[in-house]
Amino acid sequence: MSAPNKSYDPVEVEALKPEEIERMRDEALAAFAAAGDLDALAQAKTAHTGGTSPLALANREIGALPPQAKAASGKLVGMARGAVSKALAARQTELEAERDDRVLVEEAVDVTLPYDRVPAGARHPLTTLSERIEDIFTAMGYEVAEGPEVEAEWFNFDALNISPDHPARGEQDTFFVAGESGKSDSGVVLRTHTSPVQIRSMIDRAPPVYVICPGRVYRSDELDATHTPVFMQVELLAIDEGLTMADLKGTLDHMVVSLFGEGMKTRLRPNYFPFTEPSAEMDMVCYVCRGESVGNPDRPCRTCSSEGWIELGGCGMVNPKVLTSVGVDPQKYSGFAFGFGIERMLMFRHNVEDMRDMVEGDIRFTRPFGMEI
Amino acid sequence: MRVPLSWLREYVDLPASETGRDVQAKIVDTGLEVETVEQLGAGLKGPLVVGQVLTIEELEGFKKPIRFCTVNVGMANGTGEPQEIVCGARNFAVGDKVVVVLPGAVLPGDFAIAARKTYGRTSHGMICSGDELGMGDDGSHGIIVLPPEHEAGTDAIALLELVDEVLDIAVTANRGDCLSMRGVAREAAIAYGLPLRDPALLDVPAPNSYGYLVKVADPSGCDRFTARTVVGLEPEARSPIWLQRRLQKAGMRPISLAVDITNYVMLELGQPLHAYDRSRIDGPIGVRRAEQGEKFTTLDGTKRVLDAEDLVITDNRGPIGLAGVMGGANTEIADAVADPETGAVRGTTEVVVEAAHFDPLTIARTARRHKLPSEASKRFERGVDPQAASAAAQRTVDLLVLLAGGTAEAGVTEIIAPSAPRTIAMRADHPDKVAGVEYGRETVVRRLQQVGCDVYGQDDLVVTVPSWRPDLAEVNDLAEEVIRLEGYANLPSTLPTPPSGRGLTERQRLHRRVGRVLAGSGYVEALNYPFIGETVLDQLGFDADDARRRTVKLVNPLSDEEPALRTTLLPGLLTALRRNHGRGSHDLALFETGLVFRPTGQEQKPLRLPVGRRPTDEEIASLDASLPRQPRRAAVVLAGAREQAGWWGRGTPAVWSDAVEAARTVVREAGVELIVRSDRHAPWHPGRCAALYVDIAGEETLVGHAGELHPRVTKTLGLPERTCAMELELDLVEQASTGALQAPRISTFPVATQDVALVVDAAVPAADVETALREGAGELLESLRLFDVYESEQLGEGRKSLAYALRFRAGDRTLTVEEASAARDAAVALAGERTGAVLRGA
Repeated sequence: MSAPNKSYDPVEVEALKPEEIERMRDEALAAFAAAGDLDALAQAKTAHTGGTSPLALANREIGALPPQAKAASGKLVGMARGAVSKALAARQTELEAERDDRVLVEEAVDVTLPYDRVPAGARHPLTTLSERIEDIFTAMGYEVAEGPEVEAEWFNFDALNISPDHPARGEQDTFFVAGESGKSDSGVVLRTHTSPVQIRSMIDRAPPVYVICPGRVYRSDELDATHTPVFMQVELLAIDEGLTMADLKGTLDHMVVSLFGEGMKTRLRPNYFPFTEPSAEMDMVCYVCRGESVGNPDRPCRTCSSEGWIELGGCGMVNPKVLTSVGVDPQKYSGFAFGFGIERMLMFRHNVEDMRDMVEGDIRFTRPFGMEI
Repeated sequence: MRVPLSWLREYVDLPASETGRDVQAKIVDTGLEVETVEQLGAGLKGPLVVGQVLTIEELEGFKKPIRFCTVNVGMANGTGEPQEIVCGARNFAVGDKVVVVLPGAVLPGDFAIAARKTYGRTSHGMICSGDELGMGDDGSHGIIVLPPEHEAGTDAIALLELVDEVLDIAVTANRGDCLSMRGVAREAAIAYGLPLRDPALLDVPAPNSYGYLVKVADPSGCDRFTARTVVGLEPEARSPIWLQRRLQKAGMRPISLAVDITNYVMLELGQPLHAYDRSRIDGPIGVRRAEQGEKFTTLDGTKRVLDAEDLVITDNRGPIGLAGVMGGANTEIADAVADPETGAVRGTTEVVVEAAHFDPLTIARTARRHKLPSEASKRFERGVDPQAASAAAQRTVDLLVLLAGGTAEAGVTEIIAPSAPRTIAMRADHPDKVAGVEYGRETVVRRLQQVGCDVYGQDDLVVTVPSWRPDLAEVNDLAEEVIRLEGYANLPSTLPTPPSGRGLTERQRLHRRVGRVLAGSGYVEALNYPFIGETVLDQLGFDADDARRRTVKLVNPLSDEEPALRTTLLPGLLTALRRNHGRGSHDLALFETGLVFRPTGQEQKPLRLPVGRRPTDEEIASLDASLPRQPRRAAVVLAGAREQAGWWGRGTPAVWSDAVEAARTVVREAGVELIVRSDRHAPWHPGRCAALYVDIAGEETLVGHAGELHPRVTKTLGLPERTCAMELELDLVEQASTGALQAPRISTFPVATQDVALVVDAAVPAADVETALREGAGELLESLRLFDVYESEQLGEGRKSLAYALRFRAGDRTLTVEEASAARDAAVALAGERTGAVLRGA
């Protein structure tokens, strides 16, 4: 390095000759262009832009020039250094992009790999089907009412116009809770339907009463493919002024349309229940064949056995005797009720062949049903 | 009730083209539930004829006796020659009339008949049994031997009425009248709008004083008693084929002529009848309540001890019948017995016919008390037309005279307790209001008249109901008659408007959330039966005085092994876990929410409350006091891997902490903090059992337990090793819920993080250290997390190190290092004071 030119003598500095600066610049640009990867570029960077690079050294020589020459040389060197650093940045970006492309390709994974680290859980389809039915009615303004499963006979039978000697009482296959003597005189049973919840609802609330009563009920049947002694029922009760059987029909129709889609409808057939008068059996159109299998042997329907209708459950206008027993004036109020077991509905809605599958808790049965139904 | 279509047509002129299915559709619409229509003789094709056995040759040398017969079949075989037939039955003799099926015929079940070689001979047809003809088994399994009057060669298909349709009707408990041809015929007549030929419209002689003496001591139990006597019966007389066939088609077995006739009339008119062998009755017939403990043998041979409420028919000796339920062995009609030497037939020659009406409740109770449901009791329980009694007696007498060669005695006994016709006052528009349809007065009156009511009045109707419809007692009963006959199918469909609702309750919403969050955490819901037995309580290792041993017990459980209701959800869930494991699923996480049944020991027998008025609040309280506590609980069980191994690395087994975490997950849904303490509680591992608490109104309340099951329990129950479980009382958790969550304030100033490692005695619960740190750190602490726990030789025996990351942040400024450090030091100091914790390395 030359010493500072304090004498301000015009000095010839070899390194600051324009052609020399041009050469240094071109060498740098060539080196960058030749750098095949980021490492090589880093070396070229040190060589051509570092503190000991020719252009850096030339820059220092500017101080040795007389003041009147500094400006011109400074400009020359500055321009050369600017071009070099621009070229470096460009090459850097270029090489980084190349590297990134390469690395991202190398980092590629098989996105089809399965991931069952914690297998999904599921809710039981009877629970979710029950909730779905509840939701249809809560959307209309009904309340969901619940009650005890071990229930006093008065709620389960007497208040429903099933007197102790009523033939229907014997037909319900009741589980009796043992009294102190171990006999069936405790006055307490496992509820045979959710109707006692209707009774409790009418006792708890002043009319109008619009409730839906889902829950577990018990009948002493043996478990087989189509029966289970413990099953889920959904019952509905509406008590208001001026309610009619047409309202019952409309409510049933609304439910089957909500559950099974447009065009579904119900049919009522006369029947007898002590707690309703008039009473009816309710059927819905077979949602699979929509009745088209009837009298059409070429298109048999397994779901409805080509009957065109599927039996749902029982319904009717609340017997005025029942209203009287809960303190509702039958002269002023009337009401309707219906009830059905949802195991059967699950069977035909989801093609379940054996009711035992709903009972045994096998995860292979329940898991596919997920969170909602 | 089985109703042969051919029989039904005797009372209603149904169009000839109507099939059983047509009739089914028609009467289902108006209210009778026809479950099936059975096609009798479907596919049956002749020739099937009457034959007379000419010769019988016994064939020897076969495993069973075989007969080679020649049978005269008239000209049915085209030649008039005797037909050669091989037969394996033995209940016939030369000269008997039998039923012969000839080659070319097809029997029910697609059984084509052809000549075939058998037992070394050629059989040109078959001598038939009732089974083979689809007539139903008569109990003998032998071939049919016809009465001698039928000509050989006569078509037997018509003779035996083999082709018919039978409607099987499920009669509801209120329609006793439809347990008879008369009642079903009336419904069919109404459905078709045709007149009914009422079989109860008979000429009946007026009662007189010289009939069989009857004394009714209990007119409330028996409001009508008709007795008629027929003498000179021929004991050898048999039921004609038509009578036997009608009984068979209706599902009853022909027995003897007198019994068949009473059964036939019961089927026809719905009136149960009883025929006593007059020679075996001693003195007048009485009707009274039994004496408590009185003994009596019914005709099924069972000795019965009577209750003071039972109604009995008596003679001088005592009971001769359990009224309306079953007759006695002592006056039973004798079987006809032929004297083997003379051939003379001995049997009953004189009968007293009883047609009575009994109180339905009395009969129902007696039938139930003696577990003796009979055709008679079934009808009396559901209501019999009292005014049909004398007609039924008359019809029985007529048939005995006609078919058994008897002579009716002129005496007619009839004891009738006075009663007025039953009337109901009803507004003429009441059916309209029930249905939501404007039928109009005229329709209402017409329909009521159709079912047999007399109707008077304009807007206010007075309706007299017919004697055969005891079920018509209230205005809605009448409304139903109108609506069903007008057709349920014609009801419009309207929607009522309930008052605006509030959706689900908090309890219901929590219940749903818990199900969803557990399913979202990988648990699969199982809905298990709540039945348990003593065994599982032992297997779970419950102490003798464990509250969970106090169970609700059933009188009639499905299985004697499981006579009680669950007090905990675990038995059912563990059974489901074991079942899944046994079926090859080993990584299991199951949950259930449901009621358990916890007797308080304070249950009282409920009052017998009346109906017809609202019970008082005290009365309702008495009913509720008879019930056990029935809280809703939630439980999970886990076994195998919680996280599976896979390409991502190793799996993790389900461990105690997963069970505790399940509790946190559940409790979090209620917006409540779970407090965990170590505990010893069956069926959990004594060193790996957490007691779960929540704060209810300032009280720390135990809600459940979680952890790993006791190894002894897993072994005894056959569960996978290290099965874990959690159970808690959801209803308590809900009570702990404090309502709407208060939103946290979010600071955007930078966080200051400080890690501390504290050494404590191994027995110090981490929860205590954490509580102290939180309290000591004060308000600047944003969060705290335990990120490592370890023990080492360096720390010393019985010591452990707990490493926490503390994050500090202020809401209004950037914290200085000094502020953060001061807060940390305060936290460590309080932890040290409370738990003896020291900073590691300090």
